[in-house]
Amino acid sequence: MTPGPDGRIRPHIFVVWVEDLPGVLNRVTSLFRRRGFNIESLSVGPARAPGVSRMTIVVRTDATTARRMLVQLSRLVNVLRADDITNEPAIHHELAMFKIQATGEERTQVIQLAGATGARLVDIAPESVVLEATASPAKIDGLEEVLRPYGIVEQVRTGLVGMARGAASVMTDPDARKPPKRRRASSDENGGSHSV
Amino acid sequence: MTKRWRRTGAQLIWETLLGEGVHTVFGYPGGAILPAYDAMLDYPIRHILVRHEQGATHMADGYSRASGEVGVAVATSGPGATNMVTGIATAMLDSSPIVCVTGQVGSALIGTDAFQETDVTGVTLPITKHNYLVTEVDEIAPALHEAFYVARSGRPGPVLVDITKDAQQAFTQRRPRLGKVDLPGYRPEPRPPESELQSAAELINRAERPVILAGHGILISGAMGRVRELAERARIPIAMTLLGIGAIPANHALNMGMMGMHGESWVNQAIQEADLLLALGMRFDDRVTGSLKTYAPNAAKIHIDIDPAEFNKNVRVDVALAGDLSAVLAHLLPVIEARDRSEWLGSIRGFKGDTAVRDIQNLPDMGKLYAAHVIHDIWRMTGGKAIVTTDVGQHQMWEAQYYRHNEPRSLITSGGLGTMGFALPAAVGAKVARPDDEVWVIAGDGGFQMTMCELATIAQERLKLNVAIINNGYLGMVRQWQEFFYDRRYAGTPILSPDFAALARSFGLGGEVVKSRQEVEGAVERARADERTVVLDFQVEKEDTVYPMVPTGARLQDMIRRPGQEADGEPESEEEPVAAGRTVEW
Repeated sequence: MTPGPDGRIRPHIFVVWVEDLPGVLNRVTSLFRRRGFNIESLSVGPARAPGVSRMTIVVRTDATTARRMLVQLSRLVNVLRADDITNEPAIHHELAMFKIQATGEERTQVIQLAGATGARLVDIAPESVVLEATASPAKIDGLEEVLRPYGIVEQVRTGLVGMARGAASVMTDPDARKPPKRRRASSDENGGSHSV
Repeated sequence: MTKRWRRTGAQLIWETLLGEGVHTVFGYPGGAILPAYDAMLDYPIRHILVRHEQGATHMADGYSRASGEVGVAVATSGPGATNMVTGIATAMLDSSPIVCVTGQVGSALIGTDAFQETDVTGVTLPITKHNYLVTEVDEIAPALHEAFYVARSGRPGPVLVDITKDAQQAFTQRRPRLGKVDLPGYRPEPRPPESELQSAAELINRAERPVILAGHGILISGAMGRVRELAERARIPIAMTLLGIGAIPANHALNMGMMGMHGESWVNQAIQEADLLLALGMRFDDRVTGSLKTYAPNAAKIHIDIDPAEFNKNVRVDVALAGDLSAVLAHLLPVIEARDRSEWLGSIRGFKGDTAVRDIQNLPDMGKLYAAHVIHDIWRMTGGKAIVTTDVGQHQMWEAQYYRHNEPRSLITSGGLGTMGFALPAAVGAKVARPDDEVWVIAGDGGFQMTMCELATIAQERLKLNVAIINNGYLGMVRQWQEFFYDRRYAGTPILSPDFAALARSFGLGGEVVKSRQEVEGAVERARADERTVVLDFQVEKEDTVYPMVPTGARLQDMIRRPGQEADGEPESEEEPVAAGRTVEW
């Protein structure tokens, strides 16, 4: 794929509403795979309307290719709508949890740090604590940086989810307009509890 | 007491197909599709037993391209379904509506590597327009109904419905209610905004040197009449893609012929010098554009296509109109001005120069048998009225150059995927769709050997086809590339063939070998008169070349032309079998 004239490579954030059916996740990710893209992050969950799932997909590419991806996504039968919200005024957050092995003095410092950075203390065990934070990816990066010297033994980040600011936005959820049928689209395995 | 309505899934398959207007399917039975086959005997369905499932998909494809209706192929799970892959991909690339019904192992066995289990919906995901895995009896009818709708609407394409054996066997008492298909995310027919139509009309009316690029979309949309009206009113010359052939009659005064890699040089020159390209239902394939950097550098571009994903994919366009071509042209035509444009048409005549004289068709045979002569003679003797199917390669390009198609849906060829072995099974489908039409297969000796097992299908079904094998002992197009670009190192291209005529006879069909120009006419005559399918083995010049040619990635105007020294002979008289009724512009 040759980059277009606006060929600056940067993360593009796609919000994709799909019918909540088995195999749809496979159809969506297959489009990115065919073009050799590595998906940086992907999150899926139920949308407002019943039978609809909402995906947030982050892919590094140029604007021309992003436009093509958007049309290709829209072409999928089970995709209700796809938007590139990279340039929309929006809140982009991800959730992260860090488990830190800390006792004594260090433990107190970590707990203080949590308070100062807006992270929440969600678990205290004799030799470790778990902090949870919801913020922009950059802020999460910053938190990780600060915590690293104390010894992060485990961490998890959800990948980004986005929502436009203001009351009326381009991102108002579409409806599936019908109750979800038990129609099977494909047979791939699905990861989460959600049946995409 | 009236018996309550009750059906098996297998019965519902056939009832739904009949409801979609299907009366013929091409297929091959096997374990996982056995319930469906058993039920089939109770319904008015003609089943054509193929010899390989690839054949079934090409037949469904040929049926669809000849008739405009959805073709249907049936296969069992595992190898039956995977054999369909090439045919499905062929239909996908050429936007051909087919529905493939495959059996799947019982739903309890899915994912266990059961006997003849393959994840068929997974395998075909990127080569179908859409596909379904059906595991419950009540899903069968809605899935099939939806499959037909998706296959034929918008930009058509193949749809696969994989049905588990237990779903076929299960009974249901719920009568399916198949109304209008409701797919909220599927928008098959976009409409261009009025402002874009205005900009397009202005560009067309203002253009001094416009060219229409006529593609397969014209045939799919049934826009032949409107494209002609546009071309005739605004006096715009037309260049055709390979799959656009037949959309505008070859003898139409404004039809220049095929563009691209093996189009005539003056057609490509007209495109390069145009100030406006009007692309109708085509997709700027690399075989059409040559180098994109130098493609029609001075032309504004208007692209009309039903699939918005084609816009700005290969060529940046100035105006893109998404919609059904026929509907878009209906909106556009009232604002298109009548123009003369004789100056532009005159300069195209100038580009043409001596091309026709250098054309091999006009050369004496000098005792040799040339493919161009064979195809020219078949064209002449069939009055240009046959449906012709081809594979991919030299014979395909010669067919496109020398068989002049005046009718829509009369050339059926694998364009996008370039599938060898397509022609023979596609011809079976075409003949079944249009039994009263004369059907010719033109294939190479290589491609023919890929699916020649379907001769047995033809014999069993007592179908009447005519088969012309352009036999040059090489995989000719690959050999040609080796000649031009690989220093004549003929790696893997010399090919030994059986005695095709004797082979045909072994199936109970007719067969003849033709070695000289003098024998062509008699052989073609006998083949046409024979009530059996006849295979003609035309043993042509071994190292003949398709001219002209744009090397891959070169500028469209930089064509390898026909060698000049061959142009010494006296041109033969041009025999026009079809009353043209108009003067040809070039």
